[in-house]
Amino acid sequence: MDLQELISLAFEALKRNIVRTLLTMLGIIIGIASVITIISLGEGSTQSIVSQISAFGANVLTVSPGKSQRTGHGGGGGTTSTVTTLTSDDAEAVDKLYEVETVSRIMSKTFTITANSESSSVQVTGADASYGEIQGNKYLSGSFFDEGDVIGASKDIVLGDQVVEDLFGEGAEQFVIGETVRVDGRVFQVVGVVSDNSGAVVPITTAQGFLIGQTHLDSISVAVIDVELIDKVTEDIEILLMDNHGIDDPELIDFGVRSSQAFVETISSVTGTLTALLSGIAAISLLVGGIGIMNIMLVTVTERTKEIGLLKAVGAKNQSILVQFLIEAVVLTFSGGFVGIVLGAGLAFVASNMMSIPFVIRLSSVLLSFGVSVGVGILFGYYPAKKAAKLSPIDALRYE
Amino acid sequence: MATKLIQLQNVTKTYVTGPVKYQALRGISFTINKGEFVAIMGASGSGKSTLMNILGALDIPTTGKYKLNKKDISSFSDDDLAQIRNKEIGFVFQSFNLLPRTTVLKNVERPVMYSNVNKKDRYKRAMEKLEMVGLADKTNNLSNHLSGGQIQRVAIARALVMNPSLILADEPTGNLDSKTAKEIMDILGSLNKQGVTIILITHEDDLAKYAKRIIRLHDGLIATDKKIKK
Repeated sequence: MDLQELISLAFEALKRNIVRTLLTMLGIIIGIASVITIISLGEGSTQSIVSQISAFGANVLTVSPGKSQRTGHGGGGGTTSTVTTLTSDDAEAVDKLYEVETVSRIMSKTFTITANSESSSVQVTGADASYGEIQGNKYLSGSFFDEGDVIGASKDIVLGDQVVEDLFGEGAEQFVIGETVRVDGRVFQVVGVVSDNSGAVVPITTAQGFLIGQTHLDSISVAVIDVELIDKVTEDIEILLMDNHGIDDPELIDFGVRSSQAFVETISSVTGTLTALLSGIAAISLLVGGIGIMNIMLVTVTERTKEIGLLKAVGAKNQSILVQFLIEAVVLTFSGGFVGIVLGAGLAFVASNMMSIPFVIRLSSVLLSFGVSVGVGILFGYYPAKKAAKLSPIDALRYE
Repeated sequence: MATKLIQLQNVTKTYVTGPVKYQALRGISFTINKGEFVAIMGASGSGKSTLMNILGALDIPTTGKYKLNKKDISSFSDDDLAQIRNKEIGFVFQSFNLLPRTTVLKNVERPVMYSNVNKKDRYKRAMEKLEMVGLADKTNNLSNHLSGGQIQRVAIARALVMNPSLILADEPTGNLDSKTAKEIMDILGSLNKQGVTIILITHEDDLAKYAKRIIRLHDGLIATDKKIKK
């Protein structure tokens, strides 16, 4: 008997009790579908975050306040920090370093922006004129504000295209330049629209003076002249700022310097760990599904004892019976796996659309799911199949 | 000179259950030639079923020799016995003869699946035997939609499909009414006329009259072994 024939025999046997077959498969379907969905959403959100950060470019360092390890991976979430020691003086000092191309002071806060009757909650960033260059912005219309606007604390604002769409409607990018919007009740004039962006930027001086009203910085963006110098500049900045802040002990450092690359790595490792953790939880349902399959296969073997006796009487060897029942279990889990993958991909597609992150299904996770479902079938189908194979034909034929 | 198909030499079978030993067969010797129609009879407990299991290569004797087609199979392994059953012996049982919810054709083809015969020949063989038992028009019917007589005819076709040396029928009419039983026995009789060796295990004297030889067992020994003149 070839494999194809064994598989069609297995399908016939499983069809004989279709409701039971489907219920048994459900464990595997749910397990595989959740793993596929979680991995897909994990990948999607990682990609979405990474692409946002990578827009900064590989030569950009971020100095943020807060305690940090020297590896640069700690000190996380500088924006929520209440440490107030990062100041414009620090930014000026860093700017004087030879390998630094340019720096921008950063502070941000979420405000409601209104235009006409529409309003939208937007993260508004105060920055220097160099920020546009550091970010590598693409402008759909207009441009970034310049040095003069920063010095004059002008009420200029650069909007992300998504903010423009929310406030002015689709396709409004071309004619919003010169229009006014209200941020926290204050009137600002739109000077530029940035593509693929959902924030807003105003001059740092304006943010300090009118909007956020703080003097300390949330972070400093630093563009280095060459990517190769990232590590050296990181160290230079640390030494410089420790000196500025009068800190001798590296353990007491009150700021952190991170490259966007390190940030991407941190985020990726965090989402990776989360994905692995959630997948692990989902995998438990696979285990439960597998035990369900073993249970049902044991029932099946008992129910079909006479049939096994008959097959042995007409010449089936122990191995033929073993293979037949094992294939039945694998066909069961493989079909469950297939349905699970389709279902999981569908769920991931809908969810990623709702979360507006990219929809990612890796071939590797599909292949892994098929592998796992076959593995579960073999693992949990072996014992019942072995039990069937070992039945003595005489006892089996006599079984009532 | 007739060809010897089955040679039993002082076959015994002892079952051990814990401390209790039970000798079901206590020394059976006989020879069955090709083309014979033998009925093996005896009350329950006479060792009839044990003997059938050994003749059918479902079990091996505790002592003694069993030669089938001049091959001594009394110490064969499980897998070798399976192969002997597949190639040399066709079974017709009293009950639960067919695979449930499986077509007539697939039931008959099944033994061929456990040998190295290609699909085309397998189909040809199965159809040929189904014609012999008059069921060529029912090939796609499901086994659970057949009458008792039809079920036994499918079982006979399946028993014949590997062209075995021997048909072993264990109370083949036990679940049938007398008219259908006669039909089945007539089929077995006509197969025997075509040269097929048949061993019938039964406790009904009515059926034994189809046989040409009757071996009666009593307490694990042969009581009588008589040829019947017709």
